Amino acid sequence: MYEKHLEKPASFYPEYPRKSGNQAVTHYCPGCGHGIAHKYIAEALDDLKLTERTILISPVGCSVFAYYYFDVGNIQAAHGRAPAVATGIKRINPHSIVISYQGDGDLAAIGGDEIIHAANRGERLSVFFINNAIYGMTGGQMAPTTLVGQQTTTSPRGRNIHNEGYPIRMCELISALEAPVYVERVSLHSPGGRAKARKAIRKALENQVQGKGFSFVEILAQCPTGWKVSAPDSLKWIEEKMLPYYPVQVFRDKSAEAESWAPPDVTYSDADVLQLIELPLEDDAAPAARPKVAEQYRNPRIKIAGFGGQGVLLLGVAMAQLGMMEGYNVSWLPSYGPEMRGGTAHCHVNISDTPIGSPLVSASTVCVAFNKPSLEKFEKEMASDGLLIYNTSMIDIEPTRKDVEWLPIPASEIASQMGNIRFANMVVLGAYIQKTGLVSMETAIKGLPTFIKAKKLIGENIKALETGAAFVRGELKI
Amino acid sequence: MTDKLDRGRLEISADECKGCGLCIVACPVQVIEFSKTVINKQGYHPAQYKGSGCTGCGTCFYACPEPGAVTVYRLAKQAQ
Repeated sequence: MYEKHLEKPASFYPEYPRKSGNQAVTHYCPGCGHGIAHKYIAEALDDLKLTERTILISPVGCSVFAYYYFDVGNIQAAHGRAPAVATGIKRINPHSIVISYQGDGDLAAIGGDEIIHAANRGERLSVFFINNAIYGMTGGQMAPTTLVGQQTTTSPRGRNIHNEGYPIRMCELISALEAPVYVERVSLHSPGGRAKARKAIRKALENQVQGKGFSFVEILAQCPTGWKVSAPDSLKWIEEKMLPYYPVQVFRDKSAEAESWAPPDVTYSDADVLQLIELPLEDDAAPAARPKVAEQYRNPRIKIAGFGGQGVLLLGVAMAQLGMMEGYNVSWLPSYGPEMRGGTAHCHVNISDTPIGSPLVSASTVCVAFNKPSLEKFEKEMASDGLLIYNTSMIDIEPTRKDVEWLPIPASEIASQMGNIRFANMVVLGAYIQKTGLVSMETAIKGLPTFIKAKKLIGENIKALETGAAFVRGELKI
Repeated sequence: MTDKLDRGRLEISADECKGCGLCIVACPVQVIEFSKTVINKQGYHPAQYKGSGCTGCGTCFYACPEPGAVTVYRLAKQAQ
């Protein structure tokens, strides 16, 4: 005789398959405002029947895991970039309901620019902004929204206006712009406040359904852990500390008069997309007149590694550039530390007859190791029958992989004898070209000035190439 | 039946509750309390329904941060 009146909204997954932790519950701390805001959004998606067409952008911050909870399309964006990602998604899928869900660190600090411009462009998004006046995930640091005098781990004596300025009122900032259609601040501190929050969330979603433009709801939410108070006391904290500075009100509501707008229906075929990004259609990929290459050296996936300063990244650029000149598809992806010299660097290069799906090289078919740590680290991940080129001048051990072809070369010594140890990379390039024939020596010499910028060094670099090639031909006496 | 039936009923999933107490302070008729005996999977004393007096208003549901911890029932129309 009792009927279910309120239960877990269907827009949540039944269980949350997180890597760790109890999969029946969220990862949020007891009493956290995020869970409440999540619940209101899920309820509104249920009631408005939007679950199947919603794409939610998770931010960085406590709510980074929103994608574990909402049974909608989910994407997690780089810190602060949720409105930019949401913009792209909404523009390409104008009939989707796109939600940018962000905390105050994400939205008001690192992403301050993104949100202002998304709002200013009037993107047809629903943005839910959780303001709890603190960085929760990282352990309670000062946020742009932290109140004057509020103690956090990075403002232990309280926020000081002379040092950190005043808390940012995002609703007020955004409602100073022309484009936003709906801007409201609500609060989770009381039953009445929560009822308004539910209504505002619903309205922001309805506006998007009707193509009405940018809707922004700021939700004053509790962070009992960060504020170091009990959950019930955190509601009083909102009321006593936040409400006087962050007035709860509607700042802008042009929902009724704003023009409904939707872009014309456009569907993109695979061919359209390939054309758009200037990749040849599979059928059109004409085999160019290239040097004949032995089967095992074709379409190499190359990884090059060494100390920063050994010319590792430049060698990658050179290979990609020359590959491109021979008419291949190429990619180059560097990976290096902040040091300009020393430290370690490696890069990924693809040279291929066919379009390259990802620039990342996982099972390399060519590995170039300039020093010992690089050999030890990267020979492991090579594909069988690959080609392993290693600089014996700096590597006093043998490779462990017996299922790959070895090409040991004293590249640093050869370069040093030529007068500059920094030519070692071009020595290796010459050796590689000679070994595989993927690129002709003529192309290499012609292409060299595109990546060796110092004109006076071009002659010596060509000599380094030729010396490396001579080494492979067995013509070089060391 | 002599007693008038409660207008509402409440179920709190003990293992989903994190013991924050927001439902307890939200309940206008004060029919929720912490269990003194149960310790749930997560190590909290969960909130529990006192067993009678619920009006089915749903205030606790909207105060609880955990999506599935609280379920609210209302007395069906024909039963009233």
